[in-house]
Amino acid sequence: MSQRQIIQVFEQYQKSRMQFVQTVADLASRQQNIEILQNAGVMSLLRPLMLDVVPGVQQTAALALGRLADHSDDLAEAVVKEDILPHLVHSLASQNRSYKKAAAFVLRAVAKHSPQLAQSVVACGGVDALVLCLEEFDPGVKEAAAWALGYIARHNASLSQSVVDAGAVPLLVLCLLEPEMALKRIAASTLSDICKHTPELAQTVVESGAIAHLAQMILSPDAKLKRQVFSALSQISKHSVSLAEMVIEAEIFPAAMVCLRDQDEYVKKNISTLMREVVKHTPELSQVIVNCGGMAAVIDYLGNCHGNLRLPGIMMLGYVAAHSENLAMAVILSKGVPQLSLCLSEETEHHIKAATVWSIGQIGRHTPEHAKAVATANLLPKLLQLYMDAGSSEDLQAKSKKALKSILQKCTYLPGLEPLLYDAPSNILKHVVCQFSKVLPHDSKARRLFVTSGGLKKVQEIEAEPGSVLQEHINAINSCFPEEIVRYYSPGYSEVLLERLENYQPA
Amino acid sequence: MAELLRIESEVEQFKTELLYRHRQAEENRLRENQAAIQIQSWVRACKVRAYLSHLHKKAIIIQKIWRGFTARAHFRQMVKEAYFIMKMNFYEEMAVRIQRRWRGFFARKFIHNFYARKRYLEGVAANNELVRREMDEIEELQKRERDCLKMVREQTAKVYQAYRSHHLLSTKQCPGVLNPSFGSAPQEREQLLRQVKYQPPTRLAPRRKTCVLSMSDPAAPSFPESLESPWIKTNGTSSSILPPIGSKKQQGLLREPGEVWEQRVNCPDLTLRLQTSYIKLHRTLRSGSMLYHQDLSQPMPRNTFRR
Repeated sequence: MSQRQIIQVFEQYQKSRMQFVQTVADLASRQQNIEILQNAGVMSLLRPLMLDVVPGVQQTAALALGRLADHSDDLAEAVVKEDILPHLVHSLASQNRSYKKAAAFVLRAVAKHSPQLAQSVVACGGVDALVLCLEEFDPGVKEAAAWALGYIARHNASLSQSVVDAGAVPLLVLCLLEPEMALKRIAASTLSDICKHTPELAQTVVESGAIAHLAQMILSPDAKLKRQVFSALSQISKHSVSLAEMVIEAEIFPAAMVCLRDQDEYVKKNISTLMREVVKHTPELSQVIVNCGGMAAVIDYLGNCHGNLRLPGIMMLGYVAAHSENLAMAVILSKGVPQLSLCLSEETEHHIKAATVWSIGQIGRHTPEHAKAVATANLLPKLLQLYMDAGSSEDLQAKSKKALKSILQKCTYLPGLEPLLYDAPSNILKHVVCQFSKVLPHDSKARRLFVTSGGLKKVQEIEAEPGSVLQEHINAINSCFPEEIVRYYSPGYSEVLLERLENYQPA
Repeated sequence: MAELLRIESEVEQFKTELLYRHRQAEENRLRENQAAIQIQSWVRACKVRAYLSHLHKKAIIIQKIWRGFTARAHFRQMVKEAYFIMKMNFYEEMAVRIQRRWRGFFARKFIHNFYARKRYLEGVAANNELVRREMDEIEELQKRERDCLKMVREQTAKVYQAYRSHHLLSTKQCPGVLNPSFGSAPQEREQLLRQVKYQPPTRLAPRRKTCVLSMSDPAAPSFPESLESPWIKTNGTSSSILPPIGSKKQQGLLREPGEVWEQRVNCPDLTLRLQTSYIKLHRTLRSGSMLYHQDLSQPMPRNTFRR
């Protein structure tokens, strides 16, 4: 055979290989084909094609492998078992940029499923190779490498530590400065995943100057970038007071509140998460947020969104109010209590209700003024109902009981307390009666109101063991009123009168 | 003798009497002794008593005087102490008044300043209002921007559609679909089609970058670049490749064409002369204008400003 015919055989073979990998790559992008491909043993076929001579075949094979590993867990495990990873890692150093992108894609797809798979990626030196990719010029390669590192670091602290030990953090901070939007997003997301585990990791990220760069990107028009930036800042600030102070010193705050009116829901959620993490540490930090009008912004945000998105905002109000009574009064003045009662009535999930109840308790527990603000919003019967409801989860019941107790101990607003006399169980009732016994001896109008509204009658009907605290309070209340009135309202008085009538002989 | 007998009988009587008296005396001896003892003891006791009472009285006098002395000294001390205590109470009372006033002032001013708290809370409420209004404004602005962008995008999409449906345009011979021949004016789309300039498609590379590997799609939604519209007839520059033919740029350090002419015309000598003799304005003007007309054909006369 002539030379041309022999060469033709080889070209045909190459064409068929190329076609095979391209078709497999296209099929692998659809969910329903994955099973069939897996059963047909695609993994063992793709493996030798990754060592192919032609770079195009290599790249497409890597892409197909990445897509397969992306879709399911066991395929990723199969990739690890077939020992493809060391070869990928080795070739990451040497090949051209499209291949690097494909290889980084495969590593990312493998690492995303579970910590063990991510550990196997780390064990074959994947992290160092990816960090080398971060030093490339091409932004696509950097993006793929950063994404893979982000998925590795996401699982637990030791994996993040291995990413940081490979020196990824300064390079990621440099990636933040690049002009490509996608690269910035991925870099911010990776930094956020690294910081979220321990304070030391967050400290490492902060020391490489990430906060200043993240702070510059707050007002960018791209919504997804803002999501990641705020998520990263909130993961940094959640660990300790000094980190939160560093985030505040970057002067994001009055400017960042504009983002609470953004179109994108997750931007709003992430910034309220950031505010919550900052606020929970010390009163001074809460003061900073209150002083730049954060309360109004968050309360409007709570009014505009629904469901799980409200949770960080609610918890933020609770944390602010918990620090001091000044701040709690600031929350009340910013119309926080009506908003929280709206949240309580609109939300159905128990954990959100529990958080709302906790926040209300923190607001109301400081002084009688605060308790009055809570009581006038008609929240005490709602809290009682949540406590008594058998359908509430235990957490919700415990929190509503605690909130109710702490508010009741300071509440002197009697019209708010009266509804509680009727339905409350005895452990709540004793606090209610105690408050009545404190207020009634000094206020004559309140006494009159108490009698006319039927409260005295109800108090007489309460059965308490003699000598218990409840009985003492009842006695204290009874001593505020004249004998006849107390006797008139005591239960069974009409029978006593009728008996007297029967025994009476007219003279 | 009778006396003797008598005396002898008396002697017997005497003897018996003597014996009797001795016996009596013997019997009374004890009693008398006791009596004597008693009397003597009584006398001694009286003596002693008198002595003792004397001593008592003297001792009492001494003690009385001593006690008085001591008590007066003690009393003086007590008075001093009482005076001192009274003074101290008075001072303390005054000090308490001062401290009370000071503590009240200090607590009201520095520890819990009610008015500062009130001002702070009012400030917070006012700030909240301000922030709410500002954020409303910013949101409004952003919304308007978005709407504007949307409108621009829609407009370019429409123009693109018009560009692609150029074939529906009506010609002189045959009215198109959108230009109904029965009386009513041409439709809006027809107008748009007429405005859009048709360019035959060129062989240039496509303007948008297409990714070879589509895996970066989820991360990078490419922002649509369709804001520029090369198809509408614009009044400005056309996007052609070749430069226009007419403009020929001169090379070198040549001056602008009118510059030299201006310098020859605006000769400062002439204006000076004009200023100096205004009577002969007309003449100088004439002579000046002759100079102008002469200059065209002859080489330039010497001028003072030429260096």
